[in-house]
Amino acid sequence: MDAIQKELLEAVAGLHEIPSGAFNIRANGESAARNTTANIDIVSKENVSGIDIIIKPGTKKESVHIPVVLSASGLKEMVYNDFYIGDDCDVVIVAGCGIHNAGDEESRHDGIHSFYVGKNCNVKYVEKHYGSGDGNGQRIMNPETVVELGEGSTMELETVQIKGVDSTMRVTRATLAKDAKIIVTERLMTHGKQYAESLFEVDLDGENSSANIVSRAVARENSVQVFKSAVHGNAKCSGHTECDAIIMDNANISAIPEITANNPDAALIHEAAIGKIAGEQIIKLMTLGLTEQEAEEQIVNGFLK
Amino acid sequence: MLELKNVSFEVSQNGADKEIIRDISFVIPDEKFTVITGPNGGGKSTLARLIAGIQKPTSGQILWNGEDITEKGITERARMGISYAFQQPVRFKGVTVLDLLRLAKGQDLTVSGACEYLSRVGLCAKDYINREVDASLSGGELKRIEIATVLARGTKMSVFDEPEAGIDLWSFQNLIQVFEKMHQQIQGSILIISHQERILNIADEILVIGNGQVTDHGKKEDILPKLLGSSSAVNICKGRS
Repeated sequence: MDAIQKELLEAVAGLHEIPSGAFNIRANGESAARNTTANIDIVSKENVSGIDIIIKPGTKKESVHIPVVLSASGLKEMVYNDFYIGDDCDVVIVAGCGIHNAGDEESRHDGIHSFYVGKNCNVKYVEKHYGSGDGNGQRIMNPETVVELGEGSTMELETVQIKGVDSTMRVTRATLAKDAKIIVTERLMTHGKQYAESLFEVDLDGENSSANIVSRAVARENSVQVFKSAVHGNAKCSGHTECDAIIMDNANISAIPEITANNPDAALIHEAAIGKIAGEQIIKLMTLGLTEQEAEEQIVNGFLK
Repeated sequence: MLELKNVSFEVSQNGADKEIIRDISFVIPDEKFTVITGPNGGGKSTLARLIAGIQKPTSGQILWNGEDITEKGITERARMGISYAFQQPVRFKGVTVLDLLRLAKGQDLTVSGACEYLSRVGLCAKDYINREVDASLSGGELKRIEIATVLARGTKMSVFDEPEAGIDLWSFQNLIQVFEKMHQQIQGSILIISHQERILNIADEILVIGNGQVTDHGKKEDILPKLLGSSSAVNICKGRS
């Protein structure tokens, strides 16, 4: 891998070197490195681009890294990654995509990550998106995450997109069985003329299942963001969806929360708030000696932390 | 030394100009503990905001160590050594107590250093250091953290706007000690807006503001007996009317 690819890798997966545990690094459309362990197997798909990640039942305290980096301008790819997670697993999965586009052609990574999670698992999934390069070519990422969460399993999803992605359409769909729990934390910042759309659709099918979706977003300059979240309570369950956004400059933000109860014992809440940074917050930090601009940065950084 | 010379401040209300501060002049000497008191709506908080630079006087001058700072902004005054604790502290989503103390003191503030400031304002440090300064904190907790940010700055001038509001009676003595210790350690000027007799009692000087003007100013020994003996003493000294 070259220096640009290594930089992207660090931005999306926090990797300075080859990670321990299972991993698959995809660079410019090809597998650049792979490692499997006794409990985690990674197999290339035959008919389409992508991999199957198979995690044996009972696998504990192991991690899988599957970052993707694109540094060739004009590259477009569609990748299917399927995770088969056996019962009683406790694993961390780190994905992420970095695009460096120094050319004039559009670079684009579309990916569908499907998770088939067995019973009584604990899964943490972290996904970071990052773009760099000063070419006129657009950097586009359209990730789709599909989750089938088995009985008694918990999945935590952390998604972050802070810089450099011109256009993104992110879709997350989940269905939950009995006693399953999903926690989603989204952090998003857009600037320039960027466009980001984030759609969550959660079906709480099992008794005592629960969902908590929390999105914090900052839109600056002329960027546009759309947040849609639909939680369907189909059993005795609890769901909470929250979108909290800071709007700056000439940006535009829409928050469209939807909750539907198809069962009288479904308890669902939605919250959405959009507003600019409160003047008093800036004044407080200025009384500590920060300039107005530094104060604004600190408030945004804290909000997205 | 902080000096206000013929400072006036007007706001426009329903199309008419209303004078909040009327031609006020006074000097806050170095190393003195001064308490500003007086009836509600008299202009005390506005005066504090004028000193911090949050509001600009309509006319008059503000001098800090002889330098005219009337046109200087909030940041510049903060960097020149003026600190200000809000009457109603601000909440921040995602910013932790440690973050805020580091912004006040500097990034090299250690966790144990930050804990020291929290302990001084009566908060059990380990319970608070990583908490966000958001709606999960009570008004009293927030008020103590606000005081801790000013302690951490340790500047030559510290202005507190009603620091006792929201602090329970049990902790009141502790709060008094915080100010006394701060006064000893920094050897700077402390300016507190307060209605509390126990805070007035530890002052070197008392400044009484009413109807936008200085109605009395002098040594505590001279002013306090007059306040306690006046017909409005109940309002002034036993809490807000």
